[in-house]
Amino acid sequence: MTYAEAMRDGLRVEMKRDPNVYLAGEDVGPFGGCFGQVAGLYQEFGPGRVVDTPISETAIVGHAVGAAAAGLRPVVEIMFMDFMGVCMDEILNQAAKMRYMFGGKAKLPMVIRTPCGGGLGAAAQHSQCLEALFTHIPGIKVVMPAEPADAKGLMVAAIRDDNPVIYVEHKLLLGVQGEVPEGEYIVPIGQAAVKRQGSDVTIVAWSGMVPKAAAAAETLAKEGISAEVIDLRTLSPLDKDCILKSVGKTGRLVIVHEANLTGGFGGEIAAIVANEGFDLLNAPIKRVTAPDTPVPFATVLEKAYLPSEEKIVSAVKELF
Amino acid sequence: MEITREKLLDFYKTMVTIRKFEEKACELFAAGKLPGFVHLYIGEEAVATGVCANLTDKDYITSTHRGHGHLIAKGGKLDLMMAELFGKATGYCKGKGGSMHIADVDLGILGANGIVGAGQPIATGAAFACKYKKNNAVAVCFHGDGASNRGTFHESLNMAAIFKLPVVFVCENNMYGISISQKYHMNVSDISDRAAAYGIPGVTVDGNDVVAVYEAAAEAIQRARKGDGPSLIECKTWRQKGHFEGDPQSYKNPEEQAEWLQKDPIPRLEKKLLELKYATRADLDKIQAETASRIEAAVKFAQDSPDPAPEDVLTDVLAG
Repeated sequence: MTYAEAMRDGLRVEMKRDPNVYLAGEDVGPFGGCFGQVAGLYQEFGPGRVVDTPISETAIVGHAVGAAAAGLRPVVEIMFMDFMGVCMDEILNQAAKMRYMFGGKAKLPMVIRTPCGGGLGAAAQHSQCLEALFTHIPGIKVVMPAEPADAKGLMVAAIRDDNPVIYVEHKLLLGVQGEVPEGEYIVPIGQAAVKRQGSDVTIVAWSGMVPKAAAAAETLAKEGISAEVIDLRTLSPLDKDCILKSVGKTGRLVIVHEANLTGGFGGEIAAIVANEGFDLLNAPIKRVTAPDTPVPFATVLEKAYLPSEEKIVSAVKELF
Repeated sequence: MEITREKLLDFYKTMVTIRKFEEKACELFAAGKLPGFVHLYIGEEAVATGVCANLTDKDYITSTHRGHGHLIAKGGKLDLMMAELFGKATGYCKGKGGSMHIADVDLGILGANGIVGAGQPIATGAAFACKYKKNNAVAVCFHGDGASNRGTFHESLNMAAIFKLPVVFVCENNMYGISISQKYHMNVSDISDRAAAYGIPGVTVDGNDVVAVYEAAAEAIQRARKGDGPSLIECKTWRQKGHFEGDPQSYKNPEEQAEWLQKDPIPRLEKKLLELKYATRADLDKIQAETASRIEAAVKFAQDSPDPAPEDVLTDVLAG
């Protein structure tokens, strides 16, 4: 099944299992979501559990905070990750802080689903990867699956988690096919996956960059460079042991993310490895990212903007 | 609506408790014993008291930065509140929240809130949960005149209205958003007029008349419980103190202040109790004295309590 179908299957499994799980957001009802991700759920579960909302991102996330505090397990959709700025206070100051501010006496089991990423010519306000804004906030978790099975397993895990989880689905991955286990399948939050074993260099990637990193590793293999590819899957909390273990084996680290460079999550990974794995490194840490510009519109400009297999290959080669 | 002697005396006890708690907080803050900011509810006691007298522990409230009165009226425990003001380990939030973040989820108190207007979508969500669970409970959102200018107000009232959620928005119009007069910060004189924009009932009541508040809230809450949807109640009142302790209040007209002090809700209720012969002056003095000793006991509890351990800074960020 596809990545989108797998995510939806995870949602369906949990909605069947737990009557307190519901889905709310813009056009998630009969329309089935902007990219059809939740098609059929309205017909299956009805308007009480698949709830179309007004175009009101603040109230969508804010209501989820209140509903979760009052015992439900909302899954809300923000149609594009770019729109997360509209409901930032509800994430930053409410969802992420309530448990701590209340001395651990509140539980906020809520999931915010949101599609990220460029490649569709959707320009600066419909293409961003803003994960670093959210990994900076204590009190929330951030997951970004790259494969259909993880899309399902992380959705189930996110819904069962008693904390706010931001679940980021990449628009270009929605149609990707893969094997997906049936029924209740959980991928624990906080565990990275070694997608390809290698011995010369570690490439850390997530979300839409994982297939590009894998393709780059394939090309590098033909040229005699053995690359290990790590799919982070969860950014917060970060599986730093997986990264350090791999760098211990390869001695080289290239971090690939679609978001722009400055303040990106790659900087955090680089800092951790420099701090805790400095002796493991045989070469400087490289980052392959978008430049510090908004996402452009024209195809030729967007291609220049996005990290590519070629850019990853050439960054790796600079380390040898 | 007939208001019994017992109910009127209950109102009086609650209002005196809030007043004395706040006077004590004022004194302690001035003496440098309370860290942070303190926003006092003195003069507005009739609003929280009249509204919360219609609620049970199963109902929810969201509060504001000026939250002590709401918490006391909803059943918050004085010793745990006072300990939190002191930042003690025994406080409601184990010293992690302070005055602006006190919550008691078991009593349906979803927290004071440091962000103006943040409670509106949270109350909407709590009401969504009540309707979803069909548990006959309601949510009340306390907010100020200033918060009614936030986008959260519009999104929440609209969403609550279209979903017919059991929520009552109680606007405490104390005439100032921090230093800015309502005459300056909005172009309507009655905030309840805004209800028309959402197709819901809106009423304005004398917020210093506890019986008027109680009756208006009773009607709105009954409507909410019946499934007829949200209401907006504007309670015109007066913040006798500054926005925060230490506020020089240079923006207030002294004549206006003097006029409103004449309308202080507590002497007004005393007059009614005496006229109806529901109490003698000695009865009222006894209530005042008993309340003062309860507040003193809360202060003693707080002062005798331990500070949090420094390592507690790391706990309660995430559940599980």
